[in-house]
Amino acid sequence: MATDPSPLKPQCEDALHEIYHLLSGEIDDAKREKISEHLDECAPCAEPYDFYAELRRCVQQRCRDQAPPELLARIESALNHEPHA
Amino acid sequence: MADQAKFADLAMEHMSSLYSGALRMTRNPADAEDLVQETYLKAYRGFGGFEEGTNLKAWLYRILTNTYINSYRAKQRRPDETDLDDVEDLYLYRRLGGLEAARAGRSAEDELMDLFTEAEVKDAVEELPENFRMAVLLADVEGFSYKEIAEIMDIPIGTVMSRLHRGRKQLEKLLYDFAVSHRLAEPVPDPAT
Repeated sequence: MATDPSPLKPQCEDALHEIYHLLSGEIDDAKREKISEHLDECAPCAEPYDFYAELRRCVQQRCRDQAPPELLARIESALNHEPHA
Repeated sequence: MADQAKFADLAMEHMSSLYSGALRMTRNPADAEDLVQETYLKAYRGFGGFEEGTNLKAWLYRILTNTYINSYRAKQRRPDETDLDDVEDLYLYRRLGGLEAARAGRSAEDELMDLFTEAEVKDAVEELPENFRMAVLLADVEGFSYKEIAEIMDIPIGTVMSRLHRGRKQLEKLLYDFAVSHRLAEPVPDPAT
């Protein structure tokens, strides 16, 4: 098991455990407020939060593809051939 | 009940999002285009069943996911989920988090964007086993809620969370491997050993 040089406080462990859920907006208001307060006063926890927020933005930006214009034309043409309900 | 005449107006704006998702899943532009076209045709035919006021993009993704599973998945054999290594919490941060300090004046975002090219991030995502890949795409690229993902993938929310947990960790590991292969990060001995 990992032996960290400085053992984490329980509130640090709580906060770090929820990074992805917090970034996904999946934490209820009360808990989110508690974690935000903790991050404001605990730099060692705030740093990984910022890192994972940036990682999320990086993955989002890098995974955007533009659909080729031919595809739109193909789909519109296919839909035009559908009987109208 | 939704009116089919409105379909194109409402649905077409999601095409690039659906195409991006289709491309990550099929990993092939021709298949991705076919998958998106099939999704739009099915959606058009079924649009009467779409409940107005609910999330159209989520509804389209649900059709895309089903179509992918039924028509495309069999073509590809991916490593089984059990092949995944266990990756500890904060895996990537513990290995790359110190980078900013070494290069003053850069933001973490610039660092990560410098570190991972578009092709690498896409490759890393596409390396994920497909159940995990779909969950990660829906949550972290498209920003759907866990509840919406459960509906799109037709699985319980607990399963969504466990796929996300493992998929996100695995993605961190794959990204780290790219960083090491670029010599942008030194291999770090596993802190867990």
